[in-house]
Amino acid sequence: MFRDAWLIAGKDLKIEMRARVGINQIVPFAVTVLVLFAFALDTDQEALRTYAPGLFWVTVLLASLLAIGRSFAVDLADGASDRLLLSGIDPIAVFGGKAAAIAIQLVVLEVLLASGVVLLFDVTVHRYGLMVCAGLAAAAGVATAGTLYGALVSGLGVRETLLPMLLLPVVAPVLVGATRAFQDAFGVAGAEGWAWLGLLAGFAAIYGVFGALSYGALLEEA
Amino acid sequence: MEPAVRLRAAVTLLGRFPALAGVDLEIAPGEIVLLKGPNGAGKTTLLRLCAGLCSLASGQGWVLGHDLNDERRMVRRRVALLGHRTGLYDDLTVAENVAFWARAAGAGGTDVDEAIERLSLTGRLADTRVGRLSAGQRRRASIASLVVRRPELWLLDEPHAGLDQQSRDTVDTLVRGAAAAGATVVLATHELERIQVLKPRVVSVVGGMVRSGSDSADAPNDGDASTEGDRRVP
Repeated sequence: MFRDAWLIAGKDLKIEMRARVGINQIVPFAVTVLVLFAFALDTDQEALRTYAPGLFWVTVLLASLLAIGRSFAVDLADGASDRLLLSGIDPIAVFGGKAAAIAIQLVVLEVLLASGVVLLFDVTVHRYGLMVCAGLAAAAGVATAGTLYGALVSGLGVRETLLPMLLLPVVAPVLVGATRAFQDAFGVAGAEGWAWLGLLAGFAAIYGVFGALSYGALLEEA
Repeated sequence: MEPAVRLRAAVTLLGRFPALAGVDLEIAPGEIVLLKGPNGAGKTTLLRLCAGLCSLASGQGWVLGHDLNDERRMVRRRVALLGHRTGLYDDLTVAENVAFWARAAGAGGTDVDEAIERLSLTGRLADTRVGRLSAGQRRRASIASLVVRRPELWLLDEPHAGLDQQSRDTVDTLVRGAAAAGATVVLATHELERIQVLKPRVVSVVGGMVRSGSDSADAPNDGDASTEGDRRVP
């Protein structure tokens, strides 16, 4: 199963590296959103620093919609989704592989955006460990939930518009938890960062298990 | 011997409408069967049902001994479906695509090399991204990615579409080889003259139903299903 999951993840990552959609479109989109926030709050540096964690995670979530949509678009483009069904690969491995590939892309995006936040918003990181753990847990949570909802809408003609409507409310706990954890890591609020990290890890675990168990049925219906 | 495909009053719905409206069909192992019928008659749906990609709304079906109601995953592992779309990834090379589907099926590297060789995709072509291939080359790459699976049942939907003469001959050789190796081949095509040399059993599909008897591969096949008198699909 792990071999198959890695096969799927490797395939998705190789396609993304070749197509350069992440580098050429998703990252520039995320940076643009971040810069627009900076422009909007430019006159108030203190507000910029205070709201930096929330702005960072809103940007990550918006960009994640593109990455998730793209992950399913490549399978749908020329009938590879049917081939995946016919391949006999366990749906749990497909779910795990696709979620892992999305999570890895999100982590790369987070690293680039975090650098942008430090530069643009003049933020100082006080707790690197907390920031890294929260970033990884949030990426896992968004990736697992995104893979689940991406599969849910992948067979529909309105998937591009339906995915944000379904996914964004679901990942609201990730936005809240990751923002609080980053506030603690940046030292801009007295949030209990490690406690919020627990919420992020719990969210990722729940959606990981739920997604793995239900993915087969979703693929059948897609 | 157990039939490769056995359908009893099989009904498959596309939305609310029956794409297959009570199909009875039996195909013996090793047989080559040509599905003949007008566009929209249900040939593609019948192939997808046999691949385990469509569910039965009513009736019964078994493919390679597996029940189509309960064991579709088992069916899928043992069949190959060449549909209208190639099932390939544009940003991967031919060799990478074939290797990916080979690994997904548990096949080894020698199978990949052999499939690429058989479909004349060697050399620079193997290292070309699929998105840069012609339609015919894509089709050949798609077939190569199925060959590595070593399926027991081949389901071919217009296998000659978009291929040049040499590639068409390659497909015919492939079909003959598959049948000679004991695999069952079910194909839908409008190119009846080509298929005649394979001496298939001809099954007519009209209006989501299978008609038996008086079938020959050189009978008319083109046209729209809506012109057929007994068409049931609205």
